[in-house]
Amino acid sequence: MADIGSFRIDPRSGLQYHREAEALIKVNAVAGVVFLLLGGVLALLVALTRVPGLHILDAEWFYLTLTAHGIDMLIFWMIFFEIAILYFCSSTLLRCRLAAPRWGWVAFALMVIGAIMTNVAVFQGQSSVMMTSYTPMMAKPAFYAGLILFAVGGLIGCFIFLGTLVIAKAEKTYEGSIPLVTFGALTACIIAVFTIASGAIILIPTWLLSLGVIDKVDPLAYRMIWWAFGHSSQQINVAAHVSIWYLVAALVFGAKPMSERVSRGAFLLYILFLQLASAHHLLADPGLSTNWKVVNTSYFMYFAVLASMIHGLTVPGAMEVAQRQKGYTRGLYEWLRRAPWGNPTFSGVFIAIIGFGFLGGISGVMMGTEQLNMIIHNTIYVPGHFHATVVVGTTLTFMALTYYLIPVLFKREMINPGLARLQPYLFGFSMYFFCLVMMGAGTLGVSRRHWDMAFSGMPMAYEWPGAAYLMMGLVGISAVAAILGGAIYIYVTVGSLLWGKRVDSGAASASGRPTPLMAPAAVAQTYGSQGFAAPGTFMLAMVFLVAFVLYYFVNWKYLSTVWGLS
Amino acid sequence: MSSILPPARRVWWKEPIEKTELWWIAIALVWSMVLFFMMPYWHVFGKQNLSNEAYRISAADFQARTQEMVDKYTVRTETEQNIPVVNPPAGSDVYLIGRLWQWWPILELEQGKSYRLHLSAMDYQHGFSLQPENVNLQIVPGYEMVITVTPNKTGSFAIVCNEYCGIGHHQMVSRMYVK
Repeated sequence: MADIGSFRIDPRSGLQYHREAEALIKVNAVAGVVFLLLGGVLALLVALTRVPGLHILDAEWFYLTLTAHGIDMLIFWMIFFEIAILYFCSSTLLRCRLAAPRWGWVAFALMVIGAIMTNVAVFQGQSSVMMTSYTPMMAKPAFYAGLILFAVGGLIGCFIFLGTLVIAKAEKTYEGSIPLVTFGALTACIIAVFTIASGAIILIPTWLLSLGVIDKVDPLAYRMIWWAFGHSSQQINVAAHVSIWYLVAALVFGAKPMSERVSRGAFLLYILFLQLASAHHLLADPGLSTNWKVVNTSYFMYFAVLASMIHGLTVPGAMEVAQRQKGYTRGLYEWLRRAPWGNPTFSGVFIAIIGFGFLGGISGVMMGTEQLNMIIHNTIYVPGHFHATVVVGTTLTFMALTYYLIPVLFKREMINPGLARLQPYLFGFSMYFFCLVMMGAGTLGVSRRHWDMAFSGMPMAYEWPGAAYLMMGLVGISAVAAILGGAIYIYVTVGSLLWGKRVDSGAASASGRPTPLMAPAAVAQTYGSQGFAAPGTFMLAMVFLVAFVLYYFVNWKYLSTVWGLS
Repeated sequence: MSSILPPARRVWWKEPIEKTELWWIAIALVWSMVLFFMMPYWHVFGKQNLSNEAYRISAADFQARTQEMVDKYTVRTETEQNIPVVNPPAGSDVYLIGRLWQWWPILELEQGKSYRLHLSAMDYQHGFSLQPENVNLQIVPGYEMVITVTPNKTGSFAIVCNEYCGIGHHQMVSRMYVK
């Protein structure tokens, strides 16, 4: 049982923090942002090197920088921030003390040590193996050891989250079922446990291989198990950022889920089918049967894609219903026009939802289709896709959430709110453009992870179409704009933490027990028009569907023109 | 009243689902089934499928088989490295090696004819990227991928390596001719 004064009620949001959880949420979020900063600097170097004719890094530094950029962003920034989210969604939302906070510090220490160790290994050279580190190419032992330590830390964080749910249930800090947002975080946690286990299964032998203890890790087996870790870790991001979308809909609009059953059902589909997506990385590999590929890469008949399409409707739908209840009922889109576009927490999330769906979602299905994968595999289309999912989708969502957390968690006034208001637009839209031109260049065949598309000095150099050069130039320009957006985020958040005005931290709760969380009173659903609660969102979904169908069949048409393969 | 609180109704799983969601789930489900259906459909009616065979093979064995083909069918050599250009008979087994940092040898094929293309890597993983067709395959050491290819255009095609394979990766580019 917690001591008296161990909870604080934030006066602005009414959120109740367990003090030990609060400290852990803060340090994990800050550590994440530090790696975002590092990864962002590396991003600038990578992008400018890929601009034809600019080439600011030499080949050796380019491959080194690209390795570090991938790991710092995709693993360290994301997972530190997600651990903060797990603690927030359990301890704070359930108004419960955090399970085993000391272990939380152990986890944090392991993650920090691991992250530094891997970075040091990469920057010392001889570990430029890219994030995927495919065998038989080997990095230094410290590269793998760092990742393993980081993963162990992450795993402890997951168990603290699960332990907190158990405590909340036992101490009856809430009535009925856990909130939807916590349910989404639980989904992320379950996926994370699977992911980290897969990572351990493959990285531990590879580490032993780098030490010379064992003499072979089969490259195909490595690819299969590594991707169960590598892609699944992106599914943690998806589950986490979708949870944050519901959270922000609730915070900004007071929105409730349109239907608990549908939204939770969609999260359940994630748990059941999302990991199968890992298989689409193996579509161009030797050794896998067609049946295996078709079943797995369709996420078992696209049930996980279905789940994402459901969330894509229900999140804006929940916002629409809440806005309509406030009286914004004129036409299809008054609810959207009257949304708080000047609030970066809302605008960031909305730009993330649209970009994640239209750019990341649709392109992901293309890559995951067995035959279409052949015209995409390892081209720069692939980073085009995943920047739309993890940068537009996850990173922008986490940024939007940070703006909300500056006063209510970090107890600071935001410095320069004008810049913060601009930031999601600059970052989001330049990333949209960045992803589009990358996918465009990929459609023309340009390789990913490639230092010199001109093949300078090579007797059999291939000359890409002019449009490919143009698009790679535009990749550089949009990357610079996006990185400027990222820099504004770092400036505003770090600046607010360092020299923002302190705000009232709120009263400590009088007793050692947290104030319990009451379920709201049930009210009847009010309807929009034509018997649809959210007609505007439904129309948006139809636009999405049309774009999806057209683009899908355009790709089949393209495929039908290439050499016969069987 | 919100997603951060427990559901308003304790028995939330029996609440009716509203029309917006029901319609969208139905439409999205149908579309998902179309997406699923397209892959088997293309295997039956499409001409571009990766129904490849795969075998375990040592680098030395694959090298030997490739050498055998090169010895039989070389027509000329190209570049200062004297890379052999081989013109194997239509319908035959043709071999291509990916190694640090070249593709070897150069194949010369005929339009409209089918060949069993064998691909393997000698050292690290490589990426076979045929340009401007944009056909991309993963080449893994220790494994031989066999795929039947039927070029449908003539000309000079590039083979770019698009799997990172070390410091010379961006220099790994070669050709394939189709007459």
